[in-house]
Amino acid sequence: MKPHGLQTLWVWLLPVAVIWILHFFCVSSIEPYYFTILMYSGINIILAVSLNLVNGFTGQFSMGHAGFMSVGGYVSAFLTTVLFEKYPVLSTALTAHHGWAGWGASDLVFLGSLLMGGLGASVAGYLVGLPSLRLKGDYLAIVTLGFGEIIRVLVLNIDTIGGARGLPNIPPYTTFGILFTFVIFTIFMVWRLVNSAHGRAFLSVREDETAAEAMGVNTTQAKVRAFVLGAFFAGVAGGLFAHYLRYLNPQTFDFNKSFEIIIMVVLGGMGSITGSVIAAIFLTVIREALRPLQTYTHVDFRMVIYSLLLIILMLTRPNGLLGTKEFTWFFRKKGRSIS
Amino acid sequence: MQLHNGTPNTALLIKNVSVHYGAITAIRDVSFEVKQGEIVTLIGCNGAGKTTLLKAISGLIKVSEGTISFKGDIISNTPAHEIVKRKICHAPEGRGIFLNLTVEDNLDLGAWTCKGTPIQKTSYQQDLEQVFSFFPRLKERRKQNAGTLSGGEQQMLAIGRALMGNPELLLLDEPSLGLAPQIIEKIFEITVKINQLGRTVLLVEQNALQALQIAHHGIVLETGKIALKGKSSELLASDEVRKAYLGE
Repeated sequence: MKPHGLQTLWVWLLPVAVIWILHFFCVSSIEPYYFTILMYSGINIILAVSLNLVNGFTGQFSMGHAGFMSVGGYVSAFLTTVLFEKYPVLSTALTAHHGWAGWGASDLVFLGSLLMGGLGASVAGYLVGLPSLRLKGDYLAIVTLGFGEIIRVLVLNIDTIGGARGLPNIPPYTTFGILFTFVIFTIFMVWRLVNSAHGRAFLSVREDETAAEAMGVNTTQAKVRAFVLGAFFAGVAGGLFAHYLRYLNPQTFDFNKSFEIIIMVVLGGMGSITGSVIAAIFLTVIREALRPLQTYTHVDFRMVIYSLLLIILMLTRPNGLLGTKEFTWFFRKKGRSIS
Repeated sequence: MQLHNGTPNTALLIKNVSVHYGAITAIRDVSFEVKQGEIVTLIGCNGAGKTTLLKAISGLIKVSEGTISFKGDIISNTPAHEIVKRKICHAPEGRGIFLNLTVEDNLDLGAWTCKGTPIQKTSYQQDLEQVFSFFPRLKERRKQNAGTLSGGEQQMLAIGRALMGNPELLLLDEPSLGLAPQIIEKIFEITVKINQLGRTVLLVEQNALQALQIAHHGIVLETGKIALKGKSSELLASDEVRKAYLGE
């Protein structure tokens, strides 16, 4: 088979181009309500795909994804909000610099803060992952669940970032273009990773840990790597979320949020990127789509139907919507030269 | 650390090794050596400690007493992934292949320790071709998920995967388990071929007769202790072995 690197690149650059065309020409005409749903879908896609790397591909059941999202969100929002308020010198220095290649100073600050948010979350991921990834199954789930709560309580008690009052006045840097470029970037990175040698090590840990070890895979290292990378993207998603909503509250990132992301991964299929994307969109949209029901019945049936849907789906498709299958036109495996 | 015991061509030296599972002693004071280029077979009944010993060699479990050394370096109680780097590859009991990955991915994982080193660039293709020449079925099915293979093919894959690590010492744990007689025959044939290409083989088997027929030396384990060891021709001739393991 011949390699098709160029073809692959086009497949990925095209959506980015489309996103920016939409960004400049169409997005402003979307009603704000639908626009919000669209943006939350994007953030949820990043969260679900990155959690799938840990839960689906590496087989380590983490329940602390909201915690990493919170770390990333707070770090990036702290950088753009508190730091610039305290040191106006920084912002004047940046605004004096007129940006680079059409990018404004604020965009650069935003990208930098997102990166720092992601890195902050990965550091948290490393600190949690290293001791706890020796645990398996339920035990790991409980430890990561506990970690998420610790983060929430910590944030609640740090006054510099607002504590229980939350962190308001975050600049509205997250635009449609930036968010969905990150969505494509996340999907691309996870897809390439899973199909690389390192990704195969992740899969081998999921399939049979002892055999993976016997093959010479350093299983603890592989697990920590997956965890740290998953946390990085969750942190970026947190930063994007913070700069879209413009207000952070520690209660947003409680275990319910973690469950929500887990549900997306399980529903879409553990080990299917396509599944995570579809499930993230589906679950974000359905919550809103069921909202009119309340006006007719005067009872909030939303959660009842939502839960019922999940139960029915799990009974009929226990491996999730897509199992481990992918939309192959997009997620083509790289051709190999072995005859 | 260097050990000065054993002859220069000793590949694997096991000295007074004991292994415990909690309070239970699985291996008690076992010593033997495997010379370079030999096939040595470990035989014995269920629960004799054969698999445990193999796992101790490949670092999957810890040794509580004694030392295991490979080519003069002590390897006991080092992590499994370090041991694989020393070219000791283990085809685990019950095959332990990755059922949801393709045959090709399984083989690639076998070459994991060679990843990124010059070895990969030069010998990856060669190793792969060698594996496919031993097991042409794997080549036919290389795009298939390993879970769709038959038992015999899965065992071939387990051996092939271990060979992808380019081992100097190959540890085979009951490759004949649950297979049809013709396939067992074939697996043993290939074990000999692998050995003739210069790889040392430590073979754990319940199928004592066939194992002793291809091995140079044999070791009989009984409840964690060595009951007998010696040249396989001698073991085949010994009354004790014939009675206990060959059913005569």
